[in-house]
Amino acid sequence: MQRRHRLGPLPALLLIALAPATAAANDLGEKLAKEGNDNGAAACVTCHGADGGGNGAAGWPRMAGMNADYLAKQLDDMASGERDNATMKPIASGLSAEERRAVAEYYAEMEVPAEAPGTDAAKSVLERGQAIAQQGLWRKGVPSCVACHGPGGDGVGADFPAISGQHASYIENQLTAWQDGNRQNDPNDLMASVAKRLTEEEIKAVAAWFASQPARPSAE
Amino acid sequence: MNKTHQDTNGLARHTALFLAAALLIPASALAQDDETLTKQVELEEAPEAKGESYFDYPGMDELPEGEFGEAVRSGMEAFVNTLQHPEAKRHVGNGQNCANCHLGGGMAANSSPMWGAWGIYPKYRGKNDHVNTMDERIRGCFTYSMNAGASEAGGPPKPDSQLLKDMQSFMFWSARGAPLGENLPGRGYRSVEKPEDGYSISRGKSIYEAQCAVCHSGDGSGKFTADGKQIFPPLWGEKAYNWGAGMHRINTAAGFIKYNMPLGKANPVKKHAALSDQEAWDVSAYMNSHERPQDPRWEGDKASTAEKWHDHACLYNQEVRGHTLGEGTQ
Repeated sequence: MQRRHRLGPLPALLLIALAPATAAANDLGEKLAKEGNDNGAAACVTCHGADGGGNGAAGWPRMAGMNADYLAKQLDDMASGERDNATMKPIASGLSAEERRAVAEYYAEMEVPAEAPGTDAAKSVLERGQAIAQQGLWRKGVPSCVACHGPGGDGVGADFPAISGQHASYIENQLTAWQDGNRQNDPNDLMASVAKRLTEEEIKAVAAWFASQPARPSAE
Repeated sequence: MNKTHQDTNGLARHTALFLAAALLIPASALAQDDETLTKQVELEEAPEAKGESYFDYPGMDELPEGEFGEAVRSGMEAFVNTLQHPEAKRHVGNGQNCANCHLGGGMAANSSPMWGAWGIYPKYRGKNDHVNTMDERIRGCFTYSMNAGASEAGGPPKPDSQLLKDMQSFMFWSARGAPLGENLPGRGYRSVEKPEDGYSISRGKSIYEAQCAVCHSGDGSGKFTADGKQIFPPLWGEKAYNWGAGMHRINTAAGFIKYNMPLGKANPVKKHAALSDQEAWDVSAYMNSHERPQDPRWEGDKASTAEKWHDHACLYNQEVRGHTLGEGTQ
């Protein structure tokens, strides 16, 4: 009892010290996510959902619980055109750098959705996807997905985003975009190099498997 | 040391090696002249594959059942997730998994695949100057690449221990149907000839920062999850391979890097390189210009250890950035 009393004030003091900056960023991020701004940025929730879980049918990605630096870079790249995305371009450009950062942090701090996005893929397809995700296709030089995206595909830092708990449609679209050269904002051409070694069938299988997995917080 | 670096020692030997390469004599044949290391001829580099076909190793759907199957599975787990395997991890004194240097879970051609190694043991090795069984060879990997001296067990697995039986079961299984005693295409790493103008550690630093640091971190410490699972292996420092591991040799690491790194960009099974020979040597030299755990064959001081064990392309006991390498890490 005495011990608890002695330790009590310290966390409280820390909270007070940290509160203003975090709260301000969160407030701005939350406002932008829910309402957008007057500069052409629509509210994020319209497409990405109030829980940040995205929309599989439309191909909008899950953002809740993703790495803040990763999300901020994607928004920056979509604003600059480094990542070519017709839908997101006007929205990302409508946000200032500070606003992009705030909204990235807002989604990074959001709890990951409890349920996996899900898939109607057959069991044999999921097994194939799991094998590719965890072991790769080394007969043709494809490393496993988890080798870079971390155990379970939960993401590693700013450079290797979470792919577990992501919609199959979004993963498929992105892998195809890398294959075609329509997405090129990966570090050191790593994802593009791997994507170009995959067939359509392999992409579908691996995308389905990650969509069958629940999202978990990033590894780093 | 920040400009182009040429080895000053063993010049005559290097000239001989160069001549040998020009005459297509296996470089290893010349090792006979080197009394400190080698009294016999080691196996030469694996031949080129015909076309792009390598040994057709078994798939996961061919894993056997029964006790042997369990041994293979355990051995495979020890190989791929060495740091998690209940027995193997007791013998790992750093942050490495076997599969970090043997890509594709020990199956990728030109990444020292196990199916290529199995059939050439027992084999003479210049490194310890006697015939090694596979059992002893794996213990050597633990001693040097896994720095077993700093492990919970304090050393490599005991000869003929269950762990080594399991790991050999896995290797034997991976080589099912492969010819015995044959130097198979895809075995080992490809060797990359030392560039004419040597190598540059400072150029290597730039390459490292541009191409390697994203995974292995700027300080070479790799990346781990919060609960200690390795994601990307450390390349130097206390969690890396030690000064006795083959990878501390600039030529060996250059051969690994050339067709295996960056992961996903290079492709060993297609012999596709992302870096030039020069870049592979430069970045290998940079990686190996940092401290790492001490050579377990320590002779009491750096100079004696270097003289007895480091007459090859490495930076042990050499001065780099104002520091004489070979101190080891604690």
